[in-house]
Amino acid sequence: MIEHRTLNDSMIITIHGEIDHHSASGLRKDIDFIVKKDNPKKLVLDFSDVSFCDSSGIAVVLGRYKLMSSIGGFLELTRLPPAIRKIFDMADIGRIIKIAD
Amino acid sequence: MKYTNTMTLIFPNKSVNEGFARVSVAAFVAQTDPTLQELSEIKTAVSEAVTNSIVHGYGDSEGLIHIKAQLINNRVRITVKDSGVGIPDIEKAQEPCYTTGGEERAGMGFTIMKSFSDSFKVRSKVGKGTTVIMEKEISGKRY
Repeated sequence: MIEHRTLNDSMIITIHGEIDHHSASGLRKDIDFIVKKDNPKKLVLDFSDVSFCDSSGIAVVLGRYKLMSSIGGFLELTRLPPAIRKIFDMADIGRIIKIAD
Repeated sequence: MKYTNTMTLIFPNKSVNEGFARVSVAAFVAQTDPTLQELSEIKTAVSEAVTNSIVHGYGDSEGLIHIKAQLINNRVRITVKDSGVGIPDIEKAQEPCYTTGGEERAGMGFTIMKSFSDSFKVRSKVGKGTTVIMEKEISGKRY
């Protein structure tokens, strides 16, 4: 489940619940629908209410990075819980996507 | 070494069972008094193994996934087994970011499983299936 709000040119999407292979396709669809409709310059994904995330979440993030890049925009991740930050660091996500605190 | 407790879970390769599998294994391991971090790592590792069986092992076919969890003092051994297509090149499969998944996949499953376990083994035979065996030492009370 996601919530979204706009702040200037940015779209902030707060993701709630678990991100795994099962929930990933629904999450992709929901995020892509909003992004394609509103065309934000920056997409911020807020992970503060994500209770579980495995590598399917990494795939969702990478896919959204490709989407934002394709429309000339940026992706930022914020408020990653430590356990989730750990697996994103394993994938070296911070090298291509900004991770804010 | 003789285990002190064990459980087996068998379920079909439906993605909705990914959450069920990780919570079940976590519930079983709870008796060893793990830290929240240890539980989180076990849940994530199980999720990766089960997802691999579903996405890669079986793909569009149907099949069963077997999970066995064994406790030997404060060490847990988790075995995730499928009878799917198997892995032709196990070395390549374990390379970070390598994936054969048609859909959006990060290729991080094995990296994460290895990182979150103290010992990790994968056995596979093309046409027969894949078994992943992970062991983790839990810092809590001893049995």
